[in-house]
Amino acid sequence: MDKPLLQIDNLTIEATAYPPGEAPRRITIVDGVSLSLEKGKVLGLIGESGAGKSTIGLSAMAYGRGGIELSGGEIHLNGREIRKARGRVLRSLRGAEVTYVAQSAAAAFNPAKRLMEQVTEAAITHGRATKAEAEKRAVDLFRKLGLPEPETFGNRYPHQVSGGQLQRAMTAMALCPQPDLVIFDEPTTALDVTTQLGVLAAIKAAIRDQGVAALYITHDLAVVAQIADDIMVLRHGKTVEYGTAEQIITAPKEDYTQALVSVVAKDHEEKNTDLPPILEVKGLRANYRGMTRDVLSNINVAIQPGTTLAVVGESGSGKSTLARVITGLLPLSAGHMVFDGRRLTPDQKSRSRDDLRELQMIYQMADVAMNPRQTVGTIIGRPLQFYFGMKGKELRNRVVELLDEIELGEAFIDRYPAELSGGQKQRVCIARALAAKPKLIICDEVTSALDPLVAEGILKLLADLQEREQVSYMFITHDIATVRAIADTIAVMHLGKLVRYGKKSEVLAPPFDDYTDMLLKSVPELRMGWMEEVMGTAAE
Amino acid sequence: MRRVPIPALIGLFITGLFILSAIAAPIIAPYGLSEIVGDVWEPASSEFWLGTDNIGRDLLSRLIWGGRTTILVAIAATAVSFVTGSVLGLFAAVVGGWVDQLLSRFVDLIMAIPTLIFALVVLSVMPVTIPVLILVMGLLDSTRVFRLSRAVASDIAVMDFVEAAQLRGEGRAWIIFREILPNALSPLVAEAGMRFIFMVLFVSTLSFLGLGVQPPNADWGGIVKENKDGIVYGIPAALLPAIAIAALSISVNLVADWVLDRTSSLKGGRNG
Repeated sequence: MDKPLLQIDNLTIEATAYPPGEAPRRITIVDGVSLSLEKGKVLGLIGESGAGKSTIGLSAMAYGRGGIELSGGEIHLNGREIRKARGRVLRSLRGAEVTYVAQSAAAAFNPAKRLMEQVTEAAITHGRATKAEAEKRAVDLFRKLGLPEPETFGNRYPHQVSGGQLQRAMTAMALCPQPDLVIFDEPTTALDVTTQLGVLAAIKAAIRDQGVAALYITHDLAVVAQIADDIMVLRHGKTVEYGTAEQIITAPKEDYTQALVSVVAKDHEEKNTDLPPILEVKGLRANYRGMTRDVLSNINVAIQPGTTLAVVGESGSGKSTLARVITGLLPLSAGHMVFDGRRLTPDQKSRSRDDLRELQMIYQMADVAMNPRQTVGTIIGRPLQFYFGMKGKELRNRVVELLDEIELGEAFIDRYPAELSGGQKQRVCIARALAAKPKLIICDEVTSALDPLVAEGILKLLADLQEREQVSYMFITHDIATVRAIADTIAVMHLGKLVRYGKKSEVLAPPFDDYTDMLLKSVPELRMGWMEEVMGTAAE
Repeated sequence: MRRVPIPALIGLFITGLFILSAIAAPIIAPYGLSEIVGDVWEPASSEFWLGTDNIGRDLLSRLIWGGRTTILVAIAATAVSFVTGSVLGLFAAVVGGWVDQLLSRFVDLIMAIPTLIFALVVLSVMPVTIPVLILVMGLLDSTRVFRLSRAVASDIAVMDFVEAAQLRGEGRAWIIFREILPNALSPLVAEAGMRFIFMVLFVSTLSFLGLGVQPPNADWGGIVKENKDGIVYGIPAALLPAIAIAALSISVNLVADWVLDRTSSLKGGRNG
């Protein structure tokens, strides 16, 4: 039997941490991980952020990001040890035998150079092809990856193509030197679901055609199920489970893997109320200053007390703009909003204190939504101080109560945001919104930046709070799974228009309009062969 | 407590020495400021540790008294420059619109005129007293602080936590002083150290040109001016205040560097 292409044995990766006010100490990022990958196979590395999956991926080219040291174990690539390799050996390896596809193609391309130059650069400098050959190969790859006008595509600059196209161009860049191994580091995470599907299919086809092996790093189990032969589940730098894709998905052995698999399917009982709506938006139009095109046109939605309206759409659909108009940050050009029986003024500055208090907002990025120089106590306490004039002991008691409600507890009151994890930060933001005793909370992609298990916890918390406090949510998201888990009514948006609106049971039941159909179909399902099915029906 | 790096220690030590000697000038200076005690340009001796100046005053005493004036003027001018510059800069960044335009263009206008020449013109028509000197230097320099604080604050003003405060209905004062200022502090503190050094150089230059501290009072720039003719005869009296200026500048710089390092890595510091 042939030796595997990549063989990692007992790999340990360490880094030095410099916690503020303490002595530096060594931390172990990856602890005794072993894997092997044969030619032409795809291994999926899956785990939450901080699980060490990218670090392991990069170690396959003997690379460690700043401060990281590949301190133990062996990495064999094409039969030779590369962990201790230096200088010339590494240079001949990287970009030739092993190539890398980064998460954010937009940040990884040089904006000042044409795509062709960048796609062929590695192949030419490593002497793997002459300029003419490399360019011919690149055009072939562009065609295989389904890019428009493959002959001239390379003449464009990175800003002239879309995000999905750029990600494909990056895949072409990685495949152009005809490497043995490609490392894909979350290549579709930053893309919309409908774009993701196309890129994923293109990557899979290209890998198969070229016969290269790949390490596919992602946090999305449903994505990796479509593309990988084997899957390794990682947590805290250790292997949790390692097996064939089929086994991991259909018969996971470990508790953690089971939790990951089950997170995907959650449903929520739809609530019905006949109460008058807490917020009613009628005939809303809005555009940005200096632009004639409407960003939102003729939006009509309503939210009943104690229920959740989910606003779904891809980036650019206007869903966040809708939130900005409702909060009064962006003026509307036509239509009106009624909040709790009162007419809302379009400009936030002229709203009454009660209007401001009863309409709260939670942001996607919890870490920039909190002042890094304020403690959790100040952050949560300020609305209490500001709206209710609480002081001293009363204020502190209420803050502690709120901390208990978000399941954090009193110990967190003196911490700074930098000392919290992503999920904890989002909980503090929820507590800050809750402190104002709002009637409606606008949640703008509040779980998108979180790992699946953490996001599940946040959704559960929001649902519990709704039951207890009878608060309504307007939940903005691009993720259909989240919608299923939380929504009572759904508004599907596309290019600034409402394409479908109604109760969840109606919106998610056929017959569908074309856009909703495509949106629903593009959401990866956690079973193997799903992508082929969808692409098959799309081709008909 | 983390260990203080060695350069910062040196800086702290020298800066401390200068400030102490400025405060304790009446006690430690061997002779009075304008007391004529010896011959012209006497060399260093046990009586006059650094020799005497162009009209026979003790140079060490003059340096100590002069340092007091220099440091006082520089600190006061830095304070004036900082309070005006940063308050207006933060205000412009938060309010935006035509207020920002008006303030920024006015500052551009002032900055278009070379600072030294502007100061010379103003000081030649105003009575040159120490308060006037401090005000002129401070206000001219506040344009630099304005630009820095406005740039830093405009970055912070668009962050979600500021928007959250606006949505809460917070007033401008809260947003400027509680949301933005704490996050803008570390570049501003570092800049304060730099501005102080520029103030020392500025007041020395003005005095050297005769429009700064007026005789018989002295500051380091003035002492250089009085003794500059001695250089031709190989008398180093003019070099000593120059060395003092350089030593103070460098040591304050070392401290400012360290402060920047510390405040930007405080817990909760913005990453990157």
